[in-house]
Amino acid sequence: MTSSPNPHRLNASVRSGRIDRARAIDCTVDGRRVRGHPGDTLASALLACGITEVGPSIHRGRARGVFTADCTEPNALVQRLDGCPEPMLPATELEIYEGLEVRTLSGVGWLSGQRDTAGYDKKFVRSDVVVVGAGPAGLAASLVAARGGARVMLIDQHRELGGTLPDGQAHVSGHPATEWVGRAARELAENENVRILTRSVALGCYDHNYLLVAERRAEHLPVWRSSGPRQRLWHVRAGQVVLATGAHERPLVFADNDRPGVMLASAVRSYVNRYAVLPGREGVVFTTSDSAYATALDLLSCGARVPAIVDTRAEPPARLVEQVRAAGAQVYPGSVVTAATGEPGVTGVRIAGLDGNGSLTGTPVEVGCDLLAVSGGWNPAVQLFAQSGGTVRWDPVVAGFVPDSPGGRSARVVGAARGTYDLAGCLAQGFAAGAEAATVAGFRVAPPAVPQVDGDRPVGRPRPVWAVPDESRPRRECTEHFVDLQRDATVADVHAATETGMRSVQHVKRYTTVSTGVEQGKSSGVNTIGVLAETLAASSPGEVGTTTFRPPYTPVPLALFAGRTRGPLYDPVRTTPMHTRHEQAGAVFEDVGQWKRARYYPKNGEDMETAVLRECAAARTGVALQDVSTLGRIEVVGSDAPVFLDRVYTNKFSNLPVGKARYGVMCGADGMVLDDGVSLRLAEDRYLMSTTTGGAAKVLDWLEEWLQTEWPKLDVYCTSVTEQWAAVAVVGPDSRTVVGRLAPELDVSAEGFGFMRFAETVLRNGVPARVARVSFSGELAFEVNVARWYGQALWDAAMEAGRDLGITPYGTETMHVLRAEKGFVIVGQDTDGTVTPLDLGMNWAVSRSKDFIGKRSLSRPEMLRADRKHLVGLLPVDGHSLLPEGAHLVDQRAPRRPPVPMLGHVTSSYRSAALGRTFALGLVSGGRERVGEVLRAPVGGTDIEVEVTTPVFYDEEGVRRDGAAQG
Amino acid sequence: MTVLHRVESESGVADTATVTAERHSPLEHRVAEFERSAVHGPRGVRLAEEPFLTQLDLRMPPSGTALRAVSEELGLPVPAANRVSGDERQGLLWLGPDEWLLVAEEGRAGELLGVVRSAQQGEAGSAVDVSANRTTLRLSGPMAREVLEKVCSVDLHPRAFSTGHCAQTLLGRAVAVLWQVGREPEYRVLVRCSFANYLADLLLDAMAEFLPG
Amino acid sequence: MLLIRCPWCGDRDEVEFRYGGQADVDYPADPERLDDTAWGNYLFVRANPLGTLTERWVHTAGCRRWFSVVRDTATNEMSPDIPSRRESR
Repeated sequence: MTSSPNPHRLNASVRSGRIDRARAIDCTVDGRRVRGHPGDTLASALLACGITEVGPSIHRGRARGVFTADCTEPNALVQRLDGCPEPMLPATELEIYEGLEVRTLSGVGWLSGQRDTAGYDKKFVRSDVVVVGAGPAGLAASLVAARGGARVMLIDQHRELGGTLPDGQAHVSGHPATEWVGRAARELAENENVRILTRSVALGCYDHNYLLVAERRAEHLPVWRSSGPRQRLWHVRAGQVVLATGAHERPLVFADNDRPGVMLASAVRSYVNRYAVLPGREGVVFTTSDSAYATALDLLSCGARVPAIVDTRAEPPARLVEQVRAAGAQVYPGSVVTAATGEPGVTGVRIAGLDGNGSLTGTPVEVGCDLLAVSGGWNPAVQLFAQSGGTVRWDPVVAGFVPDSPGGRSARVVGAARGTYDLAGCLAQGFAAGAEAATVAGFRVAPPAVPQVDGDRPVGRPRPVWAVPDESRPRRECTEHFVDLQRDATVADVHAATETGMRSVQHVKRYTTVSTGVEQGKSSGVNTIGVLAETLAASSPGEVGTTTFRPPYTPVPLALFAGRTRGPLYDPVRTTPMHTRHEQAGAVFEDVGQWKRARYYPKNGEDMETAVLRECAAARTGVALQDVSTLGRIEVVGSDAPVFLDRVYTNKFSNLPVGKARYGVMCGADGMVLDDGVSLRLAEDRYLMSTTTGGAAKVLDWLEEWLQTEWPKLDVYCTSVTEQWAAVAVVGPDSRTVVGRLAPELDVSAEGFGFMRFAETVLRNGVPARVARVSFSGELAFEVNVARWYGQALWDAAMEAGRDLGITPYGTETMHVLRAEKGFVIVGQDTDGTVTPLDLGMNWAVSRSKDFIGKRSLSRPEMLRADRKHLVGLLPVDGHSLLPEGAHLVDQRAPRRPPVPMLGHVTSSYRSAALGRTFALGLVSGGRERVGEVLRAPVGGTDIEVEVTTPVFYDEEGVRRDGAAQG
Repeated sequence: MTVLHRVESESGVADTATVTAERHSPLEHRVAEFERSAVHGPRGVRLAEEPFLTQLDLRMPPSGTALRAVSEELGLPVPAANRVSGDERQGLLWLGPDEWLLVAEEGRAGELLGVVRSAQQGEAGSAVDVSANRTTLRLSGPMAREVLEKVCSVDLHPRAFSTGHCAQTLLGRAVAVLWQVGREPEYRVLVRCSFANYLADLLLDAMAEFLPG
Repeated sequence: MLLIRCPWCGDRDEVEFRYGGQADVDYPADPERLDDTAWGNYLFVRANPLGTLTERWVHTAGCRRWFSVVRDTATNEMSPDIPSRRESR
């Protein structure tokens, strides 16, 4: 026997278990080889090898052992080392595979610096009925709903369906319950409207029946065998939700209740029946209700001894007592285990009587054992129900928090999740809920008759004990009565919290850290609430109440939430049709919203400053071109289009002649600048509006909002045509020559093609185009627009047409400098949602003769204050300091120590080739009255002196836009 | 008013004969990649670009005479909400209660704008050529729905969405018009050109699961 | 993630929509006739109840229509929609 790698594995004739004995799997735990079989979890494999003890506890370093067989495990947490290291995995849930390598943890794992290359993805599905939990109740609900024709999704954490049925010995219609499970699974699998997700945890249940489900698709496979995503996050929208989430067994609190060898009674059953592992040869059972008697019977039927069944109840159900006595166990009614003895592992227990008041009676007796199976009762798994908005109440009959019907919403809770622990009851509730859910979802179906079952039938009421009194010490000294094993928190800690004056369970939780571990209170929560209730002399745990149930139900890797939304798929990168040309020209790009725009085009290793000075010089003295295809464009069509634009722009558009263009400013109702751009009047009833690059979607929404909700009678339709067009701005004294070559049919002379005119033509390469004479630089400039798919051809043709003139591509940085030299603002850079057109000195664009959105706000007292921030020019006195954008501006006499009154800030700042110096724009309180003043900009410990000026630095007379400087 | 050149032709700029050689679609450089990524068989799925389809955005009062006239002139019934009338050669997609997208084969914008505007007879409404605004991706194969379900939250189950259905929605973070054109299933995805590469990346990534090996 | 019923496109996820605040706050017929307080109320003052609120949404990623719903701000339960005014004309 000792030579066997699995000394605690039960012979197949005793228990076959749900494992494949024909195949062995070797994994490595703390450097030791552990052998198991397919179907084993790491915990069952460890126990099969006779390893009970895992990593010591987090704070006190106490020996700990495998405690559960489910997701509530507080002790057996491991760090996976193969593949991408992953922390804090419960060994009780980790399916073994060849090559699995783990290290046991002391309550803390570590994040790996390694990049997790495993795939994580998402899927969005809808379902008429979603059932969470594939135990008897969940299976029953799914079967009925599916028979009704509903689209059903059945979600379960485990590898196999059936919930705890494979852990037990129940029978349905005279056959083992697992056979019923098998039939149900087949029926569901064969129905094309049913989707079964095993190894999947419903992490959260949100408003409007939205569930997030984490599916482990390849976690149980070695890395080399897994293809496709390792985990998948399902976004499930359910018509109806049935929660059959089961219940978690509670531990019991007594002295040294944390010793290796102490284990939940249900876990012992699970190891025996599901995994064919005998966790101990002498098992004492300590229980507060009926369910643990089955554990005793299972142990006995496997040849283990059960020297004592310690029941808190003075009169346990006679049928159960007879059954276990007949099998050879002794029952201690009205008794408790006061302490586990032995170190590190359990070697015995001390048993004492418990009177009706909860006090110890008699002289404790010692009984030897190597396993102590405990059952403090059951906690219905109400987490998802509570997350979805349901409330819970304390049910003294089942001794647990149960869904407060009819307090909950659309989720139907069935089976153990609502405190129903008998198989027939679970099936009946499942059938009924499945039928109801399907019927409400539009698939009428009636529940079938519940089959004859033979299984656990709890008859006696439980008698919960929250903390067994110590034989000698008062509560405040019960420092070995653990309420939370993972956090090493004890009865003494809870007592200390109340001593400091805390009453709320929320405060006690945070003070003691109880339920803040990975089990999130599933095992520790209710015992703590019970201890707290007793300490505070509350009438019941219900009076104390629970902490808030929050998703996720079990821990989940952050990588799963990210899914594929990382790297290039994180956010769309939008490019224009000329993008390849910019790349070929060596452009450095900047992000403008989702757009990649060329920022500058360095030549021969130029830095940005040098490149921008060169590009600016080209635009001011020769010819330069920029891709402006990112500007938003909206066609505004309808007989009321002129009226409409008059209302949305601060200036007038109804009097704009066909064939001409006009710059316009838009405000919000609060009078703050929203967007700006040039609009062309294509026809009496048709305008082409342009917006800023970042404002395109916002402006279209804005226009639609007014048309739909305020002015539905206007005959106006707006259509986004941003990407119908590609455009280049050809800028500079030589632009006329270039555009003349590019569009030979067009008369581009100063007389023939005035400023703010546009025309349609065909380019030399045959491409139809619309050419406008607009300028954002103050220079002679043309904007050439073509259908998007001709964008690259337009770029090539313009470059070709200007090659002998040294045509220079320029980017956004140069565009910014050129416009700033002219004092043209960029909405969103020089404005920030608190700036009116009047603040910008744009009175010329604000109509007095008509109403427009925001006009009334401009006469609010706040808008008339003399100290409003105005747009001004700023010239560093030394001529070469470059002000950082965002730098604060203060009075020269302002104090050096805080508080320092701030007068304004720098919004744009550049070096200018044309001016031969640095300059900036800024918003300054009462700025227009300060022209000529010198202010201070404190920057990094030194001051930069700046002179306030008007915002136009270059060609104030505006002669250059017609190309006057030419020749 | 001195208009030296046409300011706006009856049917817009794109009216002029197409200069095919100068024209580029946003995904033309990815044809080989699409072919490499194609999976055939019962778990197959394929992606391709159908560039340059004619697209006109129509906005009209839903109860007006103009809409009925346009529908008759085109020989396409006005589709119900979230539906398409016609077929791949010439289809009218419902985009909203007063908005439709006329999709036709390449190069028909000028002709169709003429048809629509003359049927409209000066009544309220707008017709705008948006052919270059979007390109079209074609996703087909038995696994096409599985692929879309990774990036789209609209219910695509055959009970809810089938041939002749359309939806404007988000695929990943891009707005697109989804049109089921065949039972296999087969979808057209109309997306603004600047998002085309992102959407292709997204779909190819979602398809990778079905690649053999 | 709320499920919002667009009156035109049907049930869609909240990400496809943009919130438009309290519904039925009409643009004053003649803003110039409002005193500063009344105009300020129009601009800035909105109901913020714990309970039902009629509010506007726009289906930005879909048909781009505005519509109103009644939502319980405590539970997020949403009532049937009211078609936007343009469509009800």
